[in-house]
Amino acid sequence: MSKPEGESQRLKLGVFKFASCDGCQLSILNLEEDLLALGQALDIAYFPEASSDMEPGPYDIALVEGSITTAEDAHRILSVRQQTKVLITIGACATAGGIQALRNWADVEAFKQAVYPSPEYIQSLNTSTPISEHVHVDFELWGCPIDKGQLLRVITDLIAGVQPRLPADSVCLECKRRGIVCVLVAKGLPCLGPVTRTGCGAICPGMGRDCYGCFGPSEGARKGPGLPPNTASLARHFHGGLQLIPIEVMRRFRGINGYVSSFRAESDTWEKKT
Amino acid sequence: MSEGPDQIRTIAVDMVARVEGEGALRVTVKDGTVRDVELKIFEPPRFFEAFLQGRHYEEVPDIVARICGICPIAYQMSAVHALEQIFGLRVEGALRDLRRLIYCGEWIESHALHVYLLQAPDFLGYDSAIAMAKDHAAVVTRGLRLKKAGNAIMTLLGGRSVHPVSVKVGGFSRVPLRRELAALKDELLWARDAAVETVRWVASFEVPNLDMDYNCVALRHPDEYPLNEGQIAAAAGLQVSAHEFEHHFTEHQVPYSNALHCTLQGSPYVVGPLARLNWNHEHLTPLAKQALADNNIALPLRNPFYGIVARSIEILYALEESLRLVERYEPPPLSAAPITVRSGIGMACTEAPRGILYHRYEVDGDGVIREAKIVPPTSQNQSSIEQDLRRFMPRLLHLPDKEAALACERVIRCYDPCISCATHFLNLEIRREGRA
Ligand code: SF4
Ligand code: SF4
Repeated sequence: MSKPEGESQRLKLGVFKFASCDGCQLSILNLEEDLLALGQALDIAYFPEASSDMEPGPYDIALVEGSITTAEDAHRILSVRQQTKVLITIGACATAGGIQALRNWADVEAFKQAVYPSPEYIQSLNTSTPISEHVHVDFELWGCPIDKGQLLRVITDLIAGVQPRLPADSVCLECKRRGIVCVLVAKGLPCLGPVTRTGCGAICPGMGRDCYGCFGPSEGARKGPGLPPNTASLARHFHGGLQLIPIEVMRRFRGINGYVSSFRAESDTWEKKT
Repeated sequence: MSEGPDQIRTIAVDMVARVEGEGALRVTVKDGTVRDVELKIFEPPRFFEAFLQGRHYEEVPDIVARICGICPIAYQMSAVHALEQIFGLRVEGALRDLRRLIYCGEWIESHALHVYLLQAPDFLGYDSAIAMAKDHAAVVTRGLRLKKAGNAIMTLLGGRSVHPVSVKVGGFSRVPLRRELAALKDELLWARDAAVETVRWVASFEVPNLDMDYNCVALRHPDEYPLNEGQIAAAAGLQVSAHEFEHHFTEHQVPYSNALHCTLQGSPYVVGPLARLNWNHEHLTPLAKQALADNNIALPLRNPFYGIVARSIEILYALEESLRLVERYEPPPLSAAPITVRSGIGMACTEAPRGILYHRYEVDGDGVIREAKIVPPTSQNQSSIEQDLRRFMPRLLHLPDKEAALACERVIRCYDPCISCATHFLNLEIRREGRA
């Protein structure tokens, strides 16, 4: 990209991809007219999905999409970290291991054999792990995909030199604010909204269905900031109240964000009961 | 680049940009002749087929959407159609229309993204659309707004444009009110005019001449441009249903790629906008047909660089079709048809923005998935991309390595490959052996 005057004062941004579906990067491109404004406010120095011009680091901000699933990627994230001042993970893959972390409960060799006639050519670790298991992460942006409004807010905070903060309470509160009828109570659907982080605007209940936890666990609903939500109580209600059998309760928690510790512990508990 | 006999020269570019996913290209040149072209896909496998096993059929649309952020509807549509087949269900009427409409939204969004943000910079000599916007602000703004029109359809029907949440087996979790759809109309009318302009704009691009004898494969439907339904058509009169897909199309592994290559009776073939247009132009809408004529676009298209033209025609088609569907919409009595779960095997193919997408599921009596198989468009196009490059490479050999590499990337981008689907580093390596 050609450089306007005053380039050196603008923060330099890099966007990096690991194992993912590209949906969170697409959320950046979906900023549409704000994207052009962003291109003026920041120096988008590295973003291969959108630009052939790939400037080397160091970067002020790195947005990292995707989880670590190969030995090579485990190395590459170290180098991204070394070149970056503020590293932000974007999305469930980078923040929690993503849907591909379902392999962490499985036999990956068997997976390879099921898909590939010559599994020995395939470079892949047996696990899919979040970026924070490999390097220090400064800020985590949840969602599968992330919410572009939240992304814009975090970036403008950083440009203004403010430590970004986003709400971490549950989807339920968003439902109440929007006046959406509770699908758990009214329809008896196994909604994860009570233990899921706000940010999406309660899309699923708004569309008449149950939340499946794509924004990861909420924080501190009853106990305080940074603490896990009360998954055990909700799981008991799924089982005792909504008549889900243990394996169904397990599957509920073992989804898009299944590998994050609170959801993982809950799904493991119910797996033992199946 | 002067090379003595027996010298091997390796040229590498770090990453092919403006594609979705991670890949690399290696070209070996010996004595001035192109020997091998290998499109390597490094994107680590994500094993979706394996972890669909043991999940309940109702979870499938949410899971398969995550294969690709650019075309989640395609995955959801192939999946729900395959599963409905097992349950003996045909979704008709307004629900069928709404499925068509949300798919049109995805075509508009995905095609506009590719035309304006990913590929047009190649023809106009920029690194990115953001750089291009400095000289062509109005054009880039038009492209972004067009893409947004597609997103608006998806968001209204699906809750959001990336990984929509309302699609389910049998229909939707919620259907829109008539007035909600009507509210889209003004923007779609603007977008339709912008799409006419888009065709005119891309048809004026100078394209390298490359004539390929493609075997085009696309769905065909007796009375409509195909999205969710149709028979799979190919050269030599082959016309089969999705049920027979695996009899004719086979996947095989190559040592250098994490994506399986799919061939038709052992030979390369092409799927996507170009193939679709060649097979289905008679079902285009009036303005789309007019745009072909006004811009002297002669069919069949056999040059990969015309992919951008085909994609733009399809944007126009999808907008006219969306307007038609919005116009005639009457909300259905139920947002989804009731399901009777039973065991069985179902297969379906739908037209993803990048070409046909095949899904097969085996389900047990409790509705739990026993087995799943998914063949994405990019793995079907890989062999053809390699073939195009083999044909195109000889005229690049006089170029310095870096420029040759960039020209190869341009060929690859014509296909709008989605490497996340098939499995984004496109690291180009040219090995020159012997005399150049
Ligand atoms: S978090 Fe979800 S949307 Fe984002 S890259 Fe991963 S799978 Fe895609
Ligand atoms: S309601 Fe839940 S699953 Fe649905 S979009 Fe929001 S966080 Fe994701």
